[in-house]
Amino acid sequence: MHKINLIPYNSFVLPFIVGSVIMLIICLWKYIKWIKMFSPEQRSVLRKNWLSWKIFPAVWEMIREGLLHFRIFRRNVVLGIMHQAYAFGWFLLIVVGAMESMTAVRSLNQDNNARFAMELVENGEWFAYSNDDASSVELLKEQPDNVKLHYKRPLHLAIFYRYFVHSTPPQFKNAHVYSHLMDGLLLYVFLGLTLAIVKMLYSRIMGMRSTTKHTIIDRFSKFALWMIFPLRFLAESVTASLYGNGGFCTMAVAGLFDPVIVKGMELSLWTFYSVVLAIFFVTLPFTRYMHIFTELLLIYFRRIGMTETEHKTGYSMFQLNACSRCGICIDGCPLNSIPGHKVQAVYLIRAIRMQDRASVIRTMTSDCLMCGQCAIACPVQIDITALRKIQRNKGVIDTKGNYSYLQSMRSPFNAVGRVAYFGGCMSHLTPGIVSSMEKIFNAAGVKYWHMDKEAGICCGRPLSQQGFFNQASELREKNSELIKQSEATMLVTSCPICYQSFVKEYNLDIPVVHHTEFIDNLISEGKLRVNRSQLRTAYHDPCELGRGMGVYDPPRRVLAAVSMPQKVKMERENSICCGFNLGNTVLGLGDQTKVRNAAVKNLTQSGAETIVTACPMCKKAFLHNNRQSVRDIAEIVADNII
Amino acid sequence: MKDFGFAIEKPRALDLDKADRNLYVRLLKREPSFARCFQCGMCSATCSARNFTDYNIRRIHTLMRQGQTQELDAMLQKCMLCGKCTLVCPRGVNLRHLIIQMRKLLNNE
Repeated sequence: MHKINLIPYNSFVLPFIVGSVIMLIICLWKYIKWIKMFSPEQRSVLRKNWLSWKIFPAVWEMIREGLLHFRIFRRNVVLGIMHQAYAFGWFLLIVVGAMESMTAVRSLNQDNNARFAMELVENGEWFAYSNDDASSVELLKEQPDNVKLHYKRPLHLAIFYRYFVHSTPPQFKNAHVYSHLMDGLLLYVFLGLTLAIVKMLYSRIMGMRSTTKHTIIDRFSKFALWMIFPLRFLAESVTASLYGNGGFCTMAVAGLFDPVIVKGMELSLWTFYSVVLAIFFVTLPFTRYMHIFTELLLIYFRRIGMTETEHKTGYSMFQLNACSRCGICIDGCPLNSIPGHKVQAVYLIRAIRMQDRASVIRTMTSDCLMCGQCAIACPVQIDITALRKIQRNKGVIDTKGNYSYLQSMRSPFNAVGRVAYFGGCMSHLTPGIVSSMEKIFNAAGVKYWHMDKEAGICCGRPLSQQGFFNQASELREKNSELIKQSEATMLVTSCPICYQSFVKEYNLDIPVVHHTEFIDNLISEGKLRVNRSQLRTAYHDPCELGRGMGVYDPPRRVLAAVSMPQKVKMERENSICCGFNLGNTVLGLGDQTKVRNAAVKNLTQSGAETIVTACPMCKKAFLHNNRQSVRDIAEIVADNII
Repeated sequence: MKDFGFAIEKPRALDLDKADRNLYVRLLKREPSFARCFQCGMCSATCSARNFTDYNIRRIHTLMRQGQTQELDAMLQKCMLCGKCTLVCPRGVNLRHLIIQMRKLLNNE
């Protein structure tokens, strides 16, 4: 018995092999580099949780978002089909192709048919070699019954299967099922490709008004990606017209070809296919397509509990590279409609990743309202706000010990056991909110302590949003100290900026609520009885309260109890920023006004007489307009107390 | 002596012709809206930090124009960046950006 090994090979597989190896090496090198960049906290999370139960939801999310793309479907069904067809379709092509080649090789090995092996060697470009001295081909010819065949299954067999296996192996039972299935999957990918071309020409039908302006290398890589499957289809069709080994679709196209004419094209088509694959693979780590693998890792790290810190870490690198530059974040951005603000998440992330000039990045970084629209829209759920904050880190000018003048501040003795009310800095400019809250507290018989009646310490969020992390933490320490000292039982705040800060950035041991939630509770518990007035109102969701804290329903319940709320077109998580958000320091008054006007237009279209908001900042912004009546939700409630 | 919150400053003379306006000019380039300021003092009146300590943006403006920048950074550090000044400014000066840029300039950034 002579043992003979068989391996498929033609020089056209080289580009594919070299390309995929380069891609793997670069990706691994990058990933290892980023994992080494993890901060100590992120490292300890990884050490503690890398194999905990949390990997089950992580794997489910990887399947859901990495292959099936539920979030894109939720955004727009056609867009979802497009991406799913490409990603899931290609994935299935690889999996089913691998299964096909595996089954084929197993049946060939079991069959041990020397005559078929000879056929493969002569036509299919398989190479036979054995460890014996005798020539393997002669052995196959001369002693067909005295050989033990051993077919190899290298990586490229699944990719170029139809080229190497011309006729169905005798014992391969389900061969035709596989070939039809592979054709079906190829059609599925073509559906994605067609939709992608349609999207390029007319993206509106997929719910995208604007799309990303890509760089040259991204376009080049995309072109390679788009060429992969048509070339594969052509190559398979030509091979099918020569040997009749295709599925329903390739055979149909093969019927159009004259075997004599296309014979010469076969090898070049397969070569093109391999080269295009190689181009895509080699460019992948440097283009938007890096998201393919990085997103999966990001989901894993996020699910095991990793978060951003105040500095650029390995986790930030994973976040930056998980961005697919799909451009879904562009439409929602309130600055998108104003010329000269190409600052959307996708462009900022690209600029950071591609290491654009520092001045360019700095402008992009600061010119953002931090309204959170992009973070809500992002199908990869990149924490863009945190990335922006990291980028805004002020470094040397973020000094310590700035607020020594606050040291003498003490809580009054009579705050014990009361509800602490923190109006927020902005409430000093909107005294109506504060007096309404006082009226509500009194009407409901709630004993309260007005924390910042005369003078208030800022919550620190405006500073931390701008990258003054040390200064912000100093203010937080002082406020925490005051609240602890006062022994108040609950903290009610009128400003969503402070509210988000107290909940997310502080570590208070008493409950913190926004005044809309507080009033909602009072009404539902019957402590506050209100009239329903005939006032037609339109509710504006403040960014920090809605998208920031997810408080959408309590204000709506309160408003429905005291007025006639009208349906607003862009509401809840799609609400338009008032334009005066503290997140942006560089936006001039003119542009702020433009954003504000868009928000006002959206609200007044509903036919409401009064715009109602729950944020002193938004109220002030709308009041600047001087055209319509603007009130805080607390004021409307205070007017309608029985 | 009892502190009444105000005092008489020592007489001093300042030759404005020799004032170093370099920083002020650079600041105007970074935040052009500053040129619109007519020093009404609304910003200082509404300032959160001003409630606690001697921090006066209008005064800082004057010092900046006169080129007396030695103590400005220490003064500016008292700012909490809450943004009330920007909202109340009748001339639409972007004060938050101005303050950040002043601190950057004073720290050679």
